[in-house]
Amino acid sequence: MLKDEDRIFKNLYNDLGWEIDSAIKRGDWFQTKDIISKGKDFIIKEIKNSELRGRGGAGFPTGLKLSFAPKEVGSRPHYLVINADESEPGTCKDRDILRFEPQKLIEGCLITSYAISAHTCYIYIRGEYFREGQRLQKAIDEAYEKNFLGKNACGSGWDLDIYLHYGAGAYICGEETALLESLEGNKGLPRLKPPFPALVGLYGCPTIVNNVETVAVIPTILKKGAKWFSSLGKPKNTGTKIFCISGNVNNPCNVEEEMGIPLKDLIEKHAGGVVGGWNNLQAVIPGGSSMPLLPKKLCDTITMDFDSLVKAKSGLGTAGVIVINKDQDIIKCMARIARFYKHESCGQCTPCREGCGWMWRILERMANGDATYKEIDLLQDVTKQIEGHTICAFGEGSAWPVQGLIRHFRKEIEKRCHEEPLVKKKANIPYLIDQHLLEKDSA
Amino acid sequence: MKKISKTQPELFEFSPENLKKAEIEINKYPKEKKASAVLALLYLVQEQNNNWIPLAGIKYVAKLLNVPYIKVYEVVTFYSMFNLSPVGKYFVQVCTTTPCMIRGAKKLTDVCKKYISKNQNELSENKICSWIEVECLGACVNAPMMQINQDYFEDLDESKTTEIIEKLLKDEFPTPGSATGRKNNSPEKGKTTLIEVKNA
Repeated sequence: MLKDEDRIFKNLYNDLGWEIDSAIKRGDWFQTKDIISKGKDFIIKEIKNSELRGRGGAGFPTGLKLSFAPKEVGSRPHYLVINADESEPGTCKDRDILRFEPQKLIEGCLITSYAISAHTCYIYIRGEYFREGQRLQKAIDEAYEKNFLGKNACGSGWDLDIYLHYGAGAYICGEETALLESLEGNKGLPRLKPPFPALVGLYGCPTIVNNVETVAVIPTILKKGAKWFSSLGKPKNTGTKIFCISGNVNNPCNVEEEMGIPLKDLIEKHAGGVVGGWNNLQAVIPGGSSMPLLPKKLCDTITMDFDSLVKAKSGLGTAGVIVINKDQDIIKCMARIARFYKHESCGQCTPCREGCGWMWRILERMANGDATYKEIDLLQDVTKQIEGHTICAFGEGSAWPVQGLIRHFRKEIEKRCHEEPLVKKKANIPYLIDQHLLEKDSA
Repeated sequence: MKKISKTQPELFEFSPENLKKAEIEINKYPKEKKASAVLALLYLVQEQNNNWIPLAGIKYVAKLLNVPYIKVYEVVTFYSMFNLSPVGKYFVQVCTTTPCMIRGAKKLTDVCKKYISKNQNELSENKICSWIEVECLGACVNAPMMQINQDYFEDLDESKTTEIIEKLLKDEFPTPGSATGRKNNSPEKGKTTLIEVKNA
């Protein structure tokens, strides 16, 4: 188990106070000026050496991402955008950073902005986090008062302004290009990539978009050294991570742990075990709702890091662990997730807009026992037609959980299905709804 | 609520305070990129107009930001947090996505159905409260939970929810936060980490 002194977020439960004075006592804003005076190349190299991977879901190496920003500022200014639009079901880690460790985030913003030559930083926070946004704004004001932000921020000679921007309840705005669209005052529809935001981003200027947790750990990495960070966890999956354990556990909680911790340890040690004991476990969704679930057999041995979860055909995602025990109807749970995606699809690409609704309706029918055997393959086919045929990763995010369900719980589904009736009832289905079921062979 | 209200006020204008707030919001962005402030201004409209946005408000924002009316209109209809019809003074949003669902969000919606109104988006008998099912609110560790206006109410069960709703119907605002009194996101039965941390 990770030692307390190695934990980055010491105020995760707000035992110590979030105000700037207590944050400074915990070591925030300590030597920030010295770090910045070491130069951009040093900062980016150190982050590269630490092998920090983005904490927002995709796990892209952060140092590499920062190095994509143009070295020289041309006619267009650079921007740093922080993604605090945390809406993935099962995830609530950024909320605690915004509430209780805002200075870590703000300090990270200053260092990262300097590294990518940005003078303006926008924090895009989801609209529902109104109170958290107020808290963050207070923290930003406190930082301005102490001259840690603004002109010559923290005595480093670098100017930085941080602005807060509220979203308005769209999950898709957590996708980086949709977030930029939303920041420009448009509907949150993802853009085609390339060009990548690092070259053409906010207002057509070079922009780096990073998750809250990624930026908030950067100051600590630079203070304690890349070696310290990379000594934690596993090779290529280094450091610590906040895990959110929710669902059927005795003590649901957020906890910061080392990467690569066994899932069983995480649930039993920190979350008080599964309700009804470990043997009552049915499945775990390891990384927020977009990641395929793992049945109990795999949960016994799996470790929580990017690479081993990918090997198990799932993913670490945002590390929102949703535990589902045997008292729950697994098909209903996944049908509810499918409904979430149907609700949140932005509607730009047809496979996703239509397919998400199809998946939801088929899963609902399966949960109610109205489906036929044929529909299982049909469902699999629909997921395959969404995956990879959309502009953004939402398509994969909606299709993977369903694929995971079919992969691991096919028998469970088959129990509920029945043969197609020999004499077909004439179904009275309105036009354009479930039309594909009327002509199954061409679907 | 996305259905456009049949009764609309003729005119909408920001109050002087909100106009000042709007200016602060607009100044956050580069001069020629005023349109970025559209979400912030719509929030102000919603705040000033009893938690819903009238068509006149959309026109007003479009004029203020110098963008076409349709552009603001499509933004309003895209984002789920803007209400286009009147909602209750206390707007209850119950999270029913999977993490909350498996911890019993249905009991919460049942309480809402019983005490507030049979269907979503309907006002309660004393016209003060309405409720709606929403997607993940990002407090999964504190499931099941709901949001009333801007505050989160966490770790709920049937009796606690009933208490909260009864208070609302009496026009009192209950204290937000965890209903079981646990500290934020820490494990309920004792912390396992960060046991002896101090402000060094």
